[in-house]
Amino acid sequence: MTQMTLSKAIGAGLRRALQDDDHVLLMGEDIGELGGVFRVTDGLKHEFGPERVIDTPLAESGIVGTAIGLAFRGYRAVCEIQFDGFIYPAFDQIVAQVAKLHARTRGAVTVPLTLRVPYGGAIGSVEHHSESPEAYFAHTAGLRVVTPSTPQDAYSMIRMAIASNDPVIYFEPKRRYWSKGEVDLEAVPLPLDKARIVREGTDVTLIAYGPLVATALDAAEAATDEGISIEVIDLRSLSPIDFDTIEDSVNKTGRVVIVHEAAQFGGLGGEIAAVVTDRCFYSLEAPPQRVTGLNVPYPPAKLEDHFVPDLDRMLDAVDRVMGRENSLTGWSAR
Amino acid sequence: MRTGLSEKTQSTVSAVDVSSRTDEPVQLLTPEGVRTESVEYDSWVEDLSDDDLLGLYQDMVVVRRFDNEATALQRQGQLGLWPPSLGQEAAQIGSARALRKEDFVFTSYREHGVAYVRGVRLEDMTRVWRGTANSGWDPFTVNMATPAVIIGAQTLHATGYAMGVQRDGADSVAVAYFGDGATSQGDVNEAMIFAASFKAPVIFFCQNNQWAISEPVGVQTVRPIADRAPGFGIPSIRVDGNDVLAVMAAMRVALERARTGGGATFIEAVTYRMGPHTTSDDPSRYEDLTEREEWAAKDPIQRLERYLDQLGLLTDEARASVKAAEDDAAKRFRAACIALEDPEPMTIFDNVYAEPHSGLERQKREYAAYLSYVEGGTR
Ligand SMILES: Cc1ncc(C[n+]2csc(CCOP(=O)(O)OP(=O)(O)O)c2C)c(N)n1
Ligand SMILES: [Mg+2]
Repeated sequence: MTQMTLSKAIGAGLRRALQDDDHVLLMGEDIGELGGVFRVTDGLKHEFGPERVIDTPLAESGIVGTAIGLAFRGYRAVCEIQFDGFIYPAFDQIVAQVAKLHARTRGAVTVPLTLRVPYGGAIGSVEHHSESPEAYFAHTAGLRVVTPSTPQDAYSMIRMAIASNDPVIYFEPKRRYWSKGEVDLEAVPLPLDKARIVREGTDVTLIAYGPLVATALDAAEAATDEGISIEVIDLRSLSPIDFDTIEDSVNKTGRVVIVHEAAQFGGLGGEIAAVVTDRCFYSLEAPPQRVTGLNVPYPPAKLEDHFVPDLDRMLDAVDRVMGRENSLTGWSAR
Repeated sequence: MRTGLSEKTQSTVSAVDVSSRTDEPVQLLTPEGVRTESVEYDSWVEDLSDDDLLGLYQDMVVVRRFDNEATALQRQGQLGLWPPSLGQEAAQIGSARALRKEDFVFTSYREHGVAYVRGVRLEDMTRVWRGTANSGWDPFTVNMATPAVIIGAQTLHATGYAMGVQRDGADSVAVAYFGDGATSQGDVNEAMIFAASFKAPVIFFCQNNQWAISEPVGVQTVRPIADRAPGFGIPSIRVDGNDVLAVMAAMRVALERARTGGGATFIEAVTYRMGPHTTSDDPSRYEDLTEREEWAAKDPIQRLERYLDQLGLLTDEARASVKAAEDDAAKRFRAACIALEDPEPMTIFDNVYAEPHSGLERQKREYAAYLSYVEGGTR
């Protein structure tokens, strides 16, 4: 076991993948000499050489598109998209090619590529540096979408993502890059598509992923002051979503709050609420609630605290499902 | 001194033979400040008066000064981030001063000098970097779009604007500013195709500052960047980007071509990023500082200063007036930045749509209820 930051843990996972399989390649803007703008790939170019850790031209569509060609040739590319908001030039290659090649070719071609995407806000940055675009990709058949919340998962999940024969979008909770935790480099990991109950509780199921897992845990801790017992689920995988774990939890608690930074409309919270309503209808004590980003473009830094869900907004939703006084008590939309 | 420079109207665009262009950038002022002769380009700047020359000098000094002030403000926690334009003053001032007011400019994030020339107010330049707004000004008040952070996107916008100008039968020109890194993006290459196919009055002004964050320009191209455009059917000029006169001459050639129905031009201004990519960047991880020192000797301001000195234009009085202008700009820049107030929380819902949107309206009212609830102290 070693203490490491989440970013170092991803780097350690990448190093391990490069060592274990000489067909693994890293590609991206500024990932070589600089080690990436977040230093996740720090030192890897010097260790493995510029043939395997490739500073690419400044073109996201080019990065992903050539990674597909490399896949035809048996290479497993791990592409870094520098920030969430810069993934869109590659959107076509991802949704029209990466996602569909296996099905299109009736299984003849596999695209085992991994796309690393630092995502999420609350870092005080300028536009395009704080987005949560996961729903676009989870919506697209053929892509797996995952996101770790701890250094241990960051390490294990990047290795599993690279080893997977499916394309995996690996969203990195950038504001947690510097959070530290124990990492066991030899740990037997929970499968990539399984959720984890990170705190047990009996009154409310609070479902989070990526950057908001830590906030959800803080909210659960704070709720004990008010005698409320919250169970926190870290989804880990956003496609597929481990609905079995959710179902068991909600059947136990009878109440569910889903949180994410992405905008509410069309976000994963809606999908989860629908499945929970379907599968746990007779256990539910209250309608599922969502605490999410607002349905607006990500705001300038000075307003981002109003966009990104915090502990207070989570607890307000907990009050709603608990039937306690809350911000919408007596409120009417009309 | 900052008044517009007289517009060059020559009909001798064809005098610039693009097919025989060499890879040596066009230069009218050596780094030592010596005015060299250029058969092709001399006539394009011969109208510049002493005051015009002093004006260009003052512009560059002022821009460098408030740019440095911005870096200092970032270090002091007053700005979240700043991308310095240090070293690129001649490329920006020389090109922007060649424009007419009614021309329209689409830039990237580093073009503070262009913004200054277009008349953007200093406080408006700081908004984005202080984090109080996602853009700083109304594009139509200064005929300059707010900066594009997505690399290369604005080149298509400029091309489309030029297509609009064409349809209106006007003789304005659209200018796209972008970097060497941007030339790798599909958008930039698509923009050149549209511009060429439609003969749009657009100028592609590439500041090749040798770096895209940590990547040297060699990652983006194996030939001089200016060589690419002719393949699209767009003539190009490679110009010494630290020579304000050469930049202005090249820009005037391109503007004249665009205004007279000749279509697009690509200008590669060869310069150097003398600072970090942004204040968050640490160039010591990747940059060979001897290269930067070599470029320091080709500094754009020093070069013009030497030339003006030779002409005897930098009198004590002239120096004092430039000094006063830069001091004033720095002072105003700092004051304007610090005076910017945080936006009101509920403005987060403003301007998402141009017409009412029921879904957003409902969320807005819910959030207002939440804010008054928490401000009431219950949660
Ligand atoms: C689509 C997109 N990808 C990546 C980035 C991140 N990024 C910001 S600036 C930059 C380098 C740009 O280099 P260049 O075009 O040469 O302009 P310069 O910064 O040198 O002025 C990169 C990669 C971005 N802003 N947009
Ligand atoms: Mg550059």
